[in-house]
Amino acid sequence: MDLLKPGLPLWLTLKIAGLATAAALILGVAMAYILTRRRFPGRDVVDALCTLPLVMPPTVLGYYLLVFIGRRGILGQWLQETLGITLMFSWQGATVAATVVAFPLVFKSARAALEGVSKQYEDAARTLGQNEWAVFLRVSFPLAFRGVLAGAMLAFARAMGEFGATLMIAGNLPGRTQTLSLAVYSAVQAGDDGLANALVVVISLVCLVILVSTSRLLKPNF
Amino acid sequence: MKRIIHIALAIIVAAVLAVPAPVARAEALVVSAAASLTTAFKDIEPAFKAAHPGVDVVMNFASSGVLYRQIERGAPADVYASANPKWMQKAVKSGFVSGDAVKIFAHNVLVLAVPAGNPAGVKTLSDLTDNGVKRIGIGTPETVPAGQYAESALTAMGMYARLKPRFIFCETVRQVLDYLSRDEVDCGFVYRTDTVKAGDKVVIIQEISLEKPVTYPIAVLKESAVSNLAQLFVDFVTGSEGMILLEAQGFKRP
Repeated sequence: MDLLKPGLPLWLTLKIAGLATAAALILGVAMAYILTRRRFPGRDVVDALCTLPLVMPPTVLGYYLLVFIGRRGILGQWLQETLGITLMFSWQGATVAATVVAFPLVFKSARAALEGVSKQYEDAARTLGQNEWAVFLRVSFPLAFRGVLAGAMLAFARAMGEFGATLMIAGNLPGRTQTLSLAVYSAVQAGDDGLANALVVVISLVCLVILVSTSRLLKPNF
Repeated sequence: MKRIIHIALAIIVAAVLAVPAPVARAEALVVSAAASLTTAFKDIEPAFKAAHPGVDVVMNFASSGVLYRQIERGAPADVYASANPKWMQKAVKSGFVSGDAVKIFAHNVLVLAVPAGNPAGVKTLSDLTDNGVKRIGIGTPETVPAGQYAESALTAMGMYARLKPRFIFCETVRQVLDYLSRDEVDCGFVYRTDTVKAGDKVVIIQEISLEKPVTYPIAVLKESAVSNLAQLFVDFVTGSEGMILLEAQGFKRP
């Protein structure tokens, strides 16, 4: 049994899931902050659109992304012509797919956490002469931090397990875009049960570590 | 509260038990066929049903290698049609099919194809090493016969290892075709019959000469609970009506 074989997909998976979580964190918290602090027509529709990737089948998302960022897609064509970037069949494309599926998990928990932050604290900071950025960074975000962190952990786990949309966008290219979940699929299809067993053990261990460290981080420390 | 949970659980359990489990009916015939046969077998299915009323045919399309793994792991299949003799021989060797039940029913041609307009300007097989060709669609050779045929042809030409970084490995030959018609790959290896289905979106550049021609064997599985029906299906495919429908999709008679 070649022990290095699960190593490459593991590294690729951690890289993609890590970057996707970071992107989902920034976008999700920003979106949640806008939706909790601003009132505008169509707010409920925006909220529903942000949650949609959570409930839609990954293959549907994959198809949307294929039409959107493919070489003939609206965004894909623009990216290729102006920046020379193609997302199809690349780990960057896999990261986009993972970000889309991970986003609602951060968004939902950040929104719930931010709604729990009392407006009085924010107003108090404002009376002390803090600008909106400082209010967010020094008051709202720290108070909502635990909820956001829980969302980010879930998002990381979801991004790690992403399969359907990734397969459609990035393909299943060993050493290039083959993440752990795709590697398990290929190993089973090819009848390589030894490799499948090794990969499954690796995934289970990584998930266990994530769950244990999340519950440690989230344990009240007062 | 506790009582409500108990009642809810009871309702869920009752609902699950009430839903009838999908039991395979005696007259249901499961045909596991190579992905490249998709269009042709979808034509054959209604013709067979018309000839044998009351028979329920379930088509299961995937790459031949994946279909073999399914059979190996005990999936219920009555007929197996693969796109190369390799997987059928494996099925015979492992005892799922008896050797004299296997019949060759069609031939096909592997081709190098490009999306309409040929954006990368591929003219022959040897152009694949040009720097303008970045993405080559190919079936995963481990499970997809079209990929395996392409691999052996390219290996014989001493090109496979050099081209490997450019390959976009696909789960079935039909996925290669889909990427070709969406212009996501510069060129790809598919069967001539697949390009018939894609219409003018995919253009054939060159036929690939193979040491062994693309050959489709079909057989009834030993474990089939409806082996008489399965044999009727095999006879239909290999009979004159099946042959006409296969030829309409570009397959050649054995």
